[in-house]
Amino acid sequence: MTVLRNVRNWFYERLEWDDLFAFMSKKTVPLHRLSYWYFLGGITLFLFVIQVLTGILLLLYYRPGANEAFESVQYIMTQVQFGWLIRSIHSWSANLMIFTAFAHMFSVLFLKAYRKPRELTWISGVILLILVMGFGFSGYLLPWNTLAFFATKVGTDIAGQVPFVGHAIMVFLRGGEEVTGATLTRFFGFHVAVLPGLVTVLIAFHLLLVQRQGMSVPPRVEKEWKADPSARHELKFFPNFALRELMAWYTGLGVLGALAAIFPWNLGVKADLFASAPAGIKPEWYFLFMFQTLKLIPSKVWLIDGEVLGILAFGLVGLLWLLLPFLECDRVARSKQWITGLSVFALAYVIAMSVYGYVAQ
Amino acid sequence: MAMLRSNRRRFGVTRYFVVLGLLALAASLGYGQTKNSCLDCHSALPEPLGVTQETFSHDIHAQKGLTCVSCHGGDASTDDPTQSMSRKAGWKGKIDRKQIPELCGSCHSNPTYMRQYDPSLRTDQLAQYHTSVHGKRLAAGDSNVAVCTDCHGVHDLRAPNDPQSKVYPVNIADTCAHCHADAQYMKGYSIPTDQFAKYRMSVHHEALEVRGDLSAPTCTTCHGNHGAAPPGVDKVQNVCSTCHVFQAQMYDKSSHKAAFDAASLPGCVVCHGNHDIAHPTDAKLGTGAGAVCMQCHKPGDVCDRARADMLGQITRLDESIKNADKALAVAEAAGMEVGEARLGQNEARDSLTKARVAIHSFKEQVVSQYVQTGLKVANKDLQAGQQAMVERNRRRIGLGLSLIAIAMVLSGLWLYIRKIER
Repeated sequence: MTVLRNVRNWFYERLEWDDLFAFMSKKTVPLHRLSYWYFLGGITLFLFVIQVLTGILLLLYYRPGANEAFESVQYIMTQVQFGWLIRSIHSWSANLMIFTAFAHMFSVLFLKAYRKPRELTWISGVILLILVMGFGFSGYLLPWNTLAFFATKVGTDIAGQVPFVGHAIMVFLRGGEEVTGATLTRFFGFHVAVLPGLVTVLIAFHLLLVQRQGMSVPPRVEKEWKADPSARHELKFFPNFALRELMAWYTGLGVLGALAAIFPWNLGVKADLFASAPAGIKPEWYFLFMFQTLKLIPSKVWLIDGEVLGILAFGLVGLLWLLLPFLECDRVARSKQWITGLSVFALAYVIAMSVYGYVAQ
Repeated sequence: MAMLRSNRRRFGVTRYFVVLGLLALAASLGYGQTKNSCLDCHSALPEPLGVTQETFSHDIHAQKGLTCVSCHGGDASTDDPTQSMSRKAGWKGKIDRKQIPELCGSCHSNPTYMRQYDPSLRTDQLAQYHTSVHGKRLAAGDSNVAVCTDCHGVHDLRAPNDPQSKVYPVNIADTCAHCHADAQYMKGYSIPTDQFAKYRMSVHHEALEVRGDLSAPTCTTCHGNHGAAPPGVDKVQNVCSTCHVFQAQMYDKSSHKAAFDAASLPGCVVCHGNHDIAHPTDAKLGTGAGAVCMQCHKPGDVCDRARADMLGQITRLDESIKNADKALAVAEAAGMEVGEARLGQNEARDSLTKARVAIHSFKEQVVSQYVQTGLKVANKDLQAGQQAMVERNRRRIGLGLSLIAIAMVLSGLWLYIRKIER
């Protein structure tokens, strides 16, 4: 025990964590009937950590290259001890992370947590969601299987439709005019270096803002608390909220383990650059609502190419979404209604189009 | 003065462009092209004299710059029919059927002439035609037999690689059937007219027209085209062996070769038929419907025992492959990765195909050699499928234990939270 105390003292003399502990002991989280939505951000962060850890383990065996990628993933899944588990957890965790990131975004929207002074938290969050989808898009190609190959082809083709800069973007993404081994190594670079770097910095910024500004209280709860101050309840962040968050993480770990063991992530068939595309090729579920929308737009709308119009519309909607906190005008009540209506419509649209895209031939 | 000079220069340049423009317009309107007055009238005439510009434009000869005059003679540069279709101008009129092969051959048998259009084009068609049944009968005065235009068409004669050509691989059987399936037309010739109907039921027709495999055989593949003739009893094996090389090599070394030759039996056709060749099944080696061995052999003789042995071996390998397939399908449905074993199954199937080919050696030990190789692979794949399911169960046990551990930690955390918040 003396040794432990000595070690603790050695660190204490250098770090002096009293301030940090004091901050943590004072930090509180509002406690009300909607508090459980606060866990979504933490669960998304937990899944990101899982992604980083399993990703590092996969890197020990994965070889980026058109002739080796598929075989190396196959090797991981069949020969490496617990390789199947690591790869399946990585894939399931990626999908769950995108799902929880979407859920977190909509919860923030419905709880009005994007309002002043949290505009930057919202903007960094939306950018994080886009980057996370970029993770999904780039990672999907890495096993170099048929579905991934053609989905990437379709995805980069769509990017190529952007007016003026589309072709340049497509060539940049593909590393040439076509999806080849050069695309694979490029996507690998984005997936394991560029995106993790950007996401880590943004997460740090996002968390700093959350710590700095604390948890937002929904307007309706705030109103109730103002009317009846005795109804105001708060939970100590440490250890009470942290332990609950830990429970959520443990539950997430159990769900991940169950999904990986019961539904191991399929590897598919190795990509053949000269084969024709399988019928009914579709992107991953989180791109389905955009893909299905583009499919439904007529090939020509007036004189404009339908696909180009769709891409421009998505670009505009994305920009407005990013700037949503600034769209609330002074007449707060009316703009709140307007934004709530828009949020409900957006959520319904994303769900409906995703389901339609999933069932459509 | 300077202004005047400048205006004159500008006018000179303008005039230059006007002349150039007029020349381009004249060129686009067809000035300077060879006149073909034949089509002016014949495009308005009814069949069989009618030939429209549109029809003739598809003809390979028209595309290469030849005109009506090239075959029919005459002078197409004048609109006066008495001059354009005068014997003096070399007009031949309708070409007599008997003259058609020689007329076509006047160019197509001339290597020097044909080289300018296609250096790789054969020039022995006419010589071959003379050796064919069609050619011989034509020479004997039978003008009902096929001549060049019957198979290749006339006036809209397309290159053989044009999918609309009458001699494009998928169209050849229809072209031959035009005469050979017409019982009325073929009356007087002592050959059947059910070849086309039979061919349409064959595995070769399925490969060519259903699967679109242009290398699959059609009439001309076995009978020849310009030198078309039945292969004859002693030549059938040579015809089949152009594609079925291994089967033919094994058959050549087998005891059946000598026996069939001695009995004047037409090799492959004895067991497989000719026009209606069906997909061969293992039942051919059996004793039930579709079996062929017992048509000549007696039950219980040495050949029957060899037949039963080969059939048993092949059936065993086939069943092993199917069992392995089932096991792998179950493993795949459970989400297990068995891609390598799936690849191995292709190897086992290759062995099965080789074993089936080896039947043509009629030696059990040759068949056995391939069957053993296939069995080894199929058994390994079966084990891989079964092993994958064992692994799946192990994973589920692991999952169960992990979930119990997680549930315990969660309970502990919950109890601790309750304790500190009490």
